[in-house]
Amino acid sequence: MRLVNIRPGQQTRFYLLALPFLLVAIAYFAGSSARLAQNPNDKLLPALPSMVQAVKQMAFEVDPRTGSYLMASDTVASLGRLGAALAISTVAALVLGIVIGLLPGANALLGPFVSVTSMVPPLALLPILFIVMGLGENSKIALIVIGTLPCMIRDLAMKVQELPREQIVKAQTLGASTWQIALRVAMPQTLPRLIDVLRLQLGPAWLFLIAAEAIASDSGLGYRIFLVRRYLAMDVIIPYVVWITLLAFLIDIGLRVLQRKAFPWFASVRAE
Amino acid sequence: MSAIRFDDVWKEYGDHIVLERITMEVEPRAFIALVGPSGCGKTTLLRMLLGEEQPSRGQILVDGKPLPAEPDADRGVVFQRYSVFPHLTVLQNVMLGRELRDAKFTARLFGAARRVAMDDAMKLLAEVGLAGQESKYPSALSGGMQQRLALAQAIMREPKILLLDEPFGALDPGIRADIHVLMKRLWNETHLTVVMVTHDLSEAFGLATRVIALERSRNRPEERDRYGATVSRDLEIFPRRSAELRSSVQPAPAGTTRSDKEHQPGRPGALVLKEQP
Repeated sequence: MRLVNIRPGQQTRFYLLALPFLLVAIAYFAGSSARLAQNPNDKLLPALPSMVQAVKQMAFEVDPRTGSYLMASDTVASLGRLGAALAISTVAALVLGIVIGLLPGANALLGPFVSVTSMVPPLALLPILFIVMGLGENSKIALIVIGTLPCMIRDLAMKVQELPREQIVKAQTLGASTWQIALRVAMPQTLPRLIDVLRLQLGPAWLFLIAAEAIASDSGLGYRIFLVRRYLAMDVIIPYVVWITLLAFLIDIGLRVLQRKAFPWFASVRAE
Repeated sequence: MSAIRFDDVWKEYGDHIVLERITMEVEPRAFIALVGPSGCGKTTLLRMLLGEEQPSRGQILVDGKPLPAEPDADRGVVFQRYSVFPHLTVLQNVMLGRELRDAKFTARLFGAARRVAMDDAMKLLAEVGLAGQESKYPSALSGGMQQRLALAQAIMREPKILLLDEPFGALDPGIRADIHVLMKRLWNETHLTVVMVTHDLSEAFGLATRVIALERSRNRPEERDRYGATVSRDLEIFPRRSAELRSSVQPAPAGTTRSDKEHQPGRPGALVLKEQP
């Protein structure tokens, strides 16, 4: 049988899915025990017990200096920034994307501008943001917004333009004004696509969040990683990275479920 | 119910002439079928009637007034595809026209007005044979049902002219025959003037009161750009067909049967087909 025709069954699929994760884990722990056998004080590849110990300390014991659970307060701080920034980006992208996608005049005015601004490397703007907005929360949120918004507007405007021309004409023959077309035809069909666009921007959003926290912050997941880096505390860094990955993964799944539940008609449209 | 007049209409894209010297009168409540080979400008003509495109020369008059330069609620349309909104249920699709008309800002109706619109929409859905499908999304319907829905949606808004762009072209023959019966009934019961673009000659001769063929008078490669298509044949159907003059109840009451005046489409076409070169 040709490879293109071999489809794994449900059970095989599960084993295949688990395999790469397992291989990475095996490679890590093999390397870790080899290094620890040579030097029990090695800090680069800590063994599982020392990572569990570190997580216990970070997540479940009150930090004597701040009086809080560090991992929880770091998570709250980071997710707060991420959530605020993505909320701003999402709402702004929805409005501007529909305006640019639906109105040829707005497209002529803003389309090229958005395309150019989406090429600006956001991290290069970070010093400017710190100078202008200070080192507080605003500059971090602004960095994430600047990093995600232009791409989101551009993608969303494109999705609006991809709506069949027939639909826009049909709406007009039913007497719809521009406002009504935006409200009843364009927006409801843009919302599920907005979720796709948002999912794509989650990666960059985390990148900008960690970068901003690494450079100037006093809380947050990125701040903690870069703080303990000074002590080569891999037993803290690695669990934190796993935790961040898990958070990003859960947000992604949440958005996918939201899309499926809130827009049951969308799956068949996308399949076309 | 509107008369349409084409007054020496030309359509050019740059140097390319698509349509030329289109002059014709369409009487109120006529059912016009536009036929012709691919690329002869049938759809361009329909798009000009719709207001999506403007004539390069000449003008189109509806009831003596120049056609508005954009689509409006006077002219309903059913396309071959994408005619209904995928994000609205069957019922919401039909109610949309009423909601757009009566709620300028929210484009949604509430309370009593909503109930009235819903009742009217349900009656119309029963009329086109979609009773029981109200809460489905269009993607769950067959192609024929989607076109029935598109017709109901267009008629709910009570247009004067209904434009059909190969509406039944993608349907199976059996389903097409059923929807022809429906189309005839709708034409008889409403005040519509219908203009239909079609590839199917038997459909044209079976449904229309008048069949208009568009063709290029010169078709050599070096002539194609500079000579557009024009009306080459204008055939009145014999025996003469006309819409029944009933006081239109719109939407018509549910559950009424009118099988006595259902014509079989295709039958008169057999005769006239031989006239085609």
